Amino acid sequence: MSENEMNSEQPIVSLKDVHKSFGDLEVLKGISFDVKKGEVICIIGPSGSGKSTLIRCINALNDINSGSIKVHGREVHDPKLDKLELRKKVGMVFQQFNLFPHKTALENVMMAPVLVLKQNKEEVRKRAEDLIRKVRLQGKEDSYPGELSGGQQQRVAIARSLAMNPDVMLFDEVTSALDPETVKEVLVTIKELAQEGMTCILVTHEMGFAKEVADHIYFTDNGVIVEHGPPSTFFTESSDPRTREFLSQIL
Amino acid sequence: MLGSFSQFFLDLYESNPKWNFIYFYDPKQADRVLEGLWTTLELSVVCVIFSVVIGVAGAWLQTLPNRLVRMVVQGYIQFFRNTPPLIQLMFFYFALGQFTPTYSPDGWLEIPIISNVGWAIISLSFFAGAFNVEIFRAGIEAIPESTKEASESLGFSRLQTYRYIVLPLAFRVSLPALNNNLVNLVKTTTQALVIAVPELLYQMVSIYNDYSTSMNACMLLLFVVYIVLVGILVFGMQRWERAMNIPGYGS
Repeated sequence: MSENEMNSEQPIVSLKDVHKSFGDLEVLKGISFDVKKGEVICIIGPSGSGKSTLIRCINALNDINSGSIKVHGREVHDPKLDKLELRKKVGMVFQQFNLFPHKTALENVMMAPVLVLKQNKEEVRKRAEDLIRKVRLQGKEDSYPGELSGGQQQRVAIARSLAMNPDVMLFDEVTSALDPETVKEVLVTIKELAQEGMTCILVTHEMGFAKEVADHIYFTDNGVIVEHGPPSTFFTESSDPRTREFLSQIL
Repeated sequence: MLGSFSQFFLDLYESNPKWNFIYFYDPKQADRVLEGLWTTLELSVVCVIFSVVIGVAGAWLQTLPNRLVRMVVQGYIQFFRNTPPLIQLMFFYFALGQFTPTYSPDGWLEIPIISNVGWAIISLSFFAGAFNVEIFRAGIEAIPESTKEASESLGFSRLQTYRYIVLPLAFRVSLPALNNNLVNLVKTTTQALVIAVPELLYQMVSIYNDYSTSMNACMLLLFVVYIVLVGILVFGMQRWERAMNIPGYGS
C-alpha cells in the first residue's frame, strides 16, 4: 500500500466536474465531491436526476464525457486503465440484485474470487461461508436465487460483492425493488458494514436510513448537486426550494 | 424351415394380400430395412451434431462488431430458412455436385470426393443450423444486460462473462426451441431420398416398388420407426432439460 493510500485524509473516491450525456440528454452537469476512507455518503434526489448514472460512472459501467473520477488517485476513465484493478477495489450492489440464477448462494459469493482473483477454492469457500453468516443467511448456502426472497437475494449480492474485499461499496437503490418487510434486513446489513468502517456510497430513497448512517448527504436534481451537508443539518436547515420540496414530499 | 414368427407373416400375407410384411420373412428385405435404419440413424446423429455446432458458431459470429460478418451470417440464415430443404438437397447434390473435384481409384471411374451422403449431411446440417443460430441468438439475447453488468462489476472479463454466465443461462433458455428444431431435422432426413441416400424411406420405397403388395406394411414400419426414433430424441432432450433445470428459475 502506498503512502497516499495510508493517508486517511486522501479521498478514496474523488469526482471533479463530471459531465455525462446520453445522446442529447445531459444527465450529469458538473458533479464534484470527495469521499474519504470510512465515510458513508448518501445521494438522494428525485427520479431521473442522474443518481444511478453517477454511481455507475464510479466503477466505469458508464463512461463520462468530461471531468474526472479518481479512485485511489487513479483516473477511472483513462482508456489505459485496467478495469479489473478498479473492480477489485470497488464493489457494487444493484437495485435488481442481479445474482447469477444458475448458481447457489454460496457459489454466487465464491465465483469472482475463484475465477477473477484466482484464489484457492477451499479458502474462498471458508470466507464465503463466513460472509453468508455475516449477512445472516446461514442455512441458505445451497439455495438458488430463485428460492430466496428479494431481501435474502440482496444480502447474497452484498456478500458476493464483499468477497472481493473492496475498499469502496456502491449501493444503487438497493432497497427499491424489495417488499417493505424485507427492506429492513438489508438496511441492517449495510448499517453494520458502515459501522465496521467500510466506505460506502449509497443512492437511496430511504431518508430515515440516510439520516441514521450517512456522514454526508448530497441532494441532486437535474444533473447537479443542489445542496449537501451532514444529516444533522441537511434535513432541518436546507435552504434551496428544490431540496425543501423534495423533502416535504418524501418525509 | 422358417421360424414361427416369419411363418405367421407369410400366412398373413397369404390370407390378406394387402398386408405383406415382407421384411419379416425375406432376409434380403430385412437387410434393406436394417441398412436404411442404420443410415437414418447415422444421418440424424451427424446432422444434429453439425447443426448445433453451426448454431453456436453462427450465434457467436452475430455478437461480433464486424458488420460484414453479421451480414454474411444473416444472408446464410435467410437463404436456408426461407427455401425448402428438398430444393436445397437437390441444389447441393445436382448443381454444386457438378463442380466438386473427382478422384479415380482405378483410372476409369470418376468418383466425386463428396458422396450423396456427404451432400445430404452438408445440406441438412446447414438447413437445421440456420434455425439453430436464431435459437441460440434468442437465448443469448434473453439474458438481461443487468446480469452481465453484475459479472462485469465483479471483474469478470468479457470471455469469462460469456463462458460462466451468459452461455449456461442462454443454453437453458434455448433448449425447448432446440428440441423442436432437432425433431424437425430428424424427420427432414427422409428428404435425402431425392438424392438417393439409402436411408429408411429410400429403402422402404425400394421394397414396395419391388413388391407392391408390401406398401401398407412398409408405410406402417416407417411410422412406427419415426415415432420411436423421435420419441427417444424428445425423451432424451426433456430429461436433459430437467437435469439443467434451476430451482426457482424460469418455469
